[in-house]
Amino acid sequence: MLSSFPILSLVTFTPLVGAVIVLLLPRERSNLIRWFALAVGLVTFGLSLVMLGMFDASNPDLQLVERATWIQVGDWTIEYYLGVDGLSVLLVLLTTLLVPISILSAWRAVEERVKEFMAFFLLLAMGMLGVFLALDLFLFYVLWEFTLVPMYFLIGIWGGSRRMYAAVKFFLYTMAGSILMLLAIIWLGLQAGTFSLPDLIARGGIPAGAQFWLFLAFAAAFAIKVPMWPLHSWLPDAHVEAPTAGSVILAGVLLKMGTYGFVRFNLPLFPQASLQLAPWIAALAVIGILYGAAVSYPQRDVKKLVAYSSVSHLGFVMLGVFALNPEGISGGILQMVNHGLSTGALFLLVGMIYERRHTREMDAFGGLWKVMPLYAALTLVVALSSMGLPGLNGFVGEFTILLGAFGSQALGSPWFAGLAALGVILAAVYILHMFQKLFLGPLDKEENKKLADINWREIAVLVPLVILIFWIGLFPSPFFGLMESSVGKLAATFGAAAVAVR
Amino acid sequence: MALGEFAPIVPVGLLAAWACCLLIVDLFVPPNRRGITAGLAAMAIVTALVAVVALAGRQVGSPDSMVVGDGSGAFFQAILLVGALFSVALAFDYIRRTGIERGEYYILLLFSLSGMLLLAIASDLVIVFLGLELLSIPLYVLAGFALPKADSEESALKYFLLGAFSSSFLVFGIALAYGSTGTTNLYGIAHQASSGQADMPLLLVASLMVLVSLAFKVAVVPFHMWTPDVYQGAPTSVVAFMTVGSKVAGFAVLLRVLTGAFPALSPYWSQVAVGIAAVTMVWGNVAAVGQASIKRMLAYSSIAHAGYVFMAIPAAAIPTLQSQAYSAALFYLLAYSLTSLGAWGVVLAVEHAQGGGTGIEDYAGLGARRPLLAAAMTVFMLSLTGVPPTVGFVAKFVLFQTVLDARLTGLALIGVLTTLVAAYYYLRVVVNMYMRSGLPDVRSERWLNLTIGAMAVAVVLLGLLPQPILRAAYQVGIASFLP
Repeated sequence: MLSSFPILSLVTFTPLVGAVIVLLLPRERSNLIRWFALAVGLVTFGLSLVMLGMFDASNPDLQLVERATWIQVGDWTIEYYLGVDGLSVLLVLLTTLLVPISILSAWRAVEERVKEFMAFFLLLAMGMLGVFLALDLFLFYVLWEFTLVPMYFLIGIWGGSRRMYAAVKFFLYTMAGSILMLLAIIWLGLQAGTFSLPDLIARGGIPAGAQFWLFLAFAAAFAIKVPMWPLHSWLPDAHVEAPTAGSVILAGVLLKMGTYGFVRFNLPLFPQASLQLAPWIAALAVIGILYGAAVSYPQRDVKKLVAYSSVSHLGFVMLGVFALNPEGISGGILQMVNHGLSTGALFLLVGMIYERRHTREMDAFGGLWKVMPLYAALTLVVALSSMGLPGLNGFVGEFTILLGAFGSQALGSPWFAGLAALGVILAAVYILHMFQKLFLGPLDKEENKKLADINWREIAVLVPLVILIFWIGLFPSPFFGLMESSVGKLAATFGAAAVAVR
Repeated sequence: MALGEFAPIVPVGLLAAWACCLLIVDLFVPPNRRGITAGLAAMAIVTALVAVVALAGRQVGSPDSMVVGDGSGAFFQAILLVGALFSVALAFDYIRRTGIERGEYYILLLFSLSGMLLLAIASDLVIVFLGLELLSIPLYVLAGFALPKADSEESALKYFLLGAFSSSFLVFGIALAYGSTGTTNLYGIAHQASSGQADMPLLLVASLMVLVSLAFKVAVVPFHMWTPDVYQGAPTSVVAFMTVGSKVAGFAVLLRVLTGAFPALSPYWSQVAVGIAAVTMVWGNVAAVGQASIKRMLAYSSIAHAGYVFMAIPAAAIPTLQSQAYSAALFYLLAYSLTSLGAWGVVLAVEHAQGGGTGIEDYAGLGARRPLLAAAMTVFMLSLTGVPPTVGFVAKFVLFQTVLDARLTGLALIGVLTTLVAAYYYLRVVVNMYMRSGLPDVRSERWLNLTIGAMAVAVVLLGLLPQPILRAAYQVGIASFLP
């Protein structure tokens, strides 16, 4: 049954329709294509706001559900099943926000094959939105794998000099994890005759031994996507080679598909295995936090630094999620959004300077504050947000996560939070180091003296992100409010599971 | 004997008779109007397809007859006929521009096709042998059709020698089966075995010999050696027909013979099949990585895919899963046929008339030069890998479902992990098309483009909406078993 108004389908498939129309537009009219793609992005964003308007935050269950039989053969059924709840609503909004911003950022950066670029970009948007909204495991898997294809082309065609290597590595790494998840999905479907996530959760009763293996199979797909240490090695390559818009989406949204996967699938489907494995995952997360920070510091390439910092930041998200209490999970979800905003903005900023100088080496810069004050000021805000300065969004997320991890029964030790807190300090070190290298000191390079400050288009790209950075930092309660009831419901399952384990 | 028992043979007879007539008609077709022969051959195929569809759904024949008309037979025949129809479309321009256009091409294709159709419905080992030879002998000739090119002749000779070798296994196996049970009817053999009147050790040797000879036909490791050489040397349009035809027909008969005649021996042959499937998936995919020629790469890919389908055989050994395994194999073969035909179509387009153009690096720049052709090839490569939303993914999904249901988790793991290797070499083609620059000299012709386009659309459409065909495959799987 398709309930009243299919807003979720509209949100998901507007970019697909846009992509098809882009393919029909004449190739020579690049500007028309750019404007059209931007319009599609904005319409999608508008539709997602409509969705937000229809969303009832006090309801912990899945809402705006659309459900129809897709494939029914033998004794199993695959459904077209979309729905949204507090766990996914913010991520949908983050995606629809970042898509038009990325398109706008690619205005001048992409001059060749604009048509294909925009078409792939909109296809990618469709895949990502579908991933966050799909509630049937088969549908989810189809969309999850599908996102690989446009991203592969975005990196491979419009990327930097080692783009082919990076694109293939990205594809193979991600696929390696997801095919294991596919086996687990098939296994689950065989047991239950359905692939519907809510039905599978309600059915429950997966024996603990099986939960362990299924958890690992799902985790293989998600941990590579996040990426968790030690599965992160595709990320720096993909990020460095990807075009700016690709990096923004990669960091801002694609990585969240991994952390979201843990929250949406692993926790409710395999609660006992989650409890059992939580300390292990948290340990990997803490290693990721410290390792990412340590590796970020010596990077000479700004983009690589930002890429490694993602490993560190996503470690925080994972730590929060596997604290398995309301504080940790909601902090984790908020931090997914924060990372999308801050790191997305950082990649945009790196892209802007790269468009001007065609280098990202830190040594090539210095004293930029004098020639590009506006750019420097915005970078400062974003950098401070990324390192978690109180009053900006990063602080709220990291603080809530640490609070959750500190008091977590599942983790059973305050040391995880203690070590992770070190990561906050390390973040300050590498980010301030970068800031200092780029903007402070003497303006001694000839090429840098004539650099133009950012233009209106670039300001328009950054301002929405900066507004949100302040908003979440100063007044986060509406954001927590959206997820509160769903997170509470999810966390409550662990009380029951904890009893079962004992 | 009722007249209705002849019904299953009608499509085969129709095709063979038409081919015989065409031999004579072709004499009167002017040399520059070979299109007429091609058209007539296509009409023959369409007529046979109509006959198959008309007969489908009617369960005809009895267990003790030579052929059975059941659902899965009709489904296999339909795949074969559709594949052959598009093979004719692919061949039309290719054999003309490579200067090997002779009317016999289409006639031999029809003869081979009638052998394939016969295999799909054979319920007697003698008919199996007859069908296999009828399939093979025209194919030996077709492989050498590019005479006097040494490559093509070598390919034909190799194919012939190994084909004859594998046939001898089959004959020996049939003889032993007869010696053991006193019958060559598949269900008769099963009956003798289950009632304890058969010499079981002898029958075991017989079943393994039949398995080996058919394993040659579908090209699984370690009986695959001929494939890359034959595929490389034979005219590409012949190869396109071969990958689909001999594989589909081979699996049709393999499944029927093993589950129909030797169910009592299933513990043995299912073990062997597990082993064969595992090595084939591993070796087929690993060997494909190193290939520089797209024809050899697709040859190894076809070996690898045979390995995937082989996973259905041990599943079919479990009585409760038999129909499910059948349907999974049917759907997988359909998916593979469509995708493979499309991919070979692109290979035909890129190949030069004088030879050359078959290296993977010859695809560089195709994305910029022929965007639609490159997009189609991308779809085929993704489908062969098993990435959604293509039919290749749905096929793998259904197949792995059966394999997991049969508790062959290890085999399924090997299957998915080798898919990863496959992704690497299929992506190499995509990398070349879109990420390297070059100026490929590409053929564009109406029938060729039509075939490639139709296959690309079918691959995506069946990937998104597999329901009707998938359900048909399931119903056929359930309705396929005679007592």
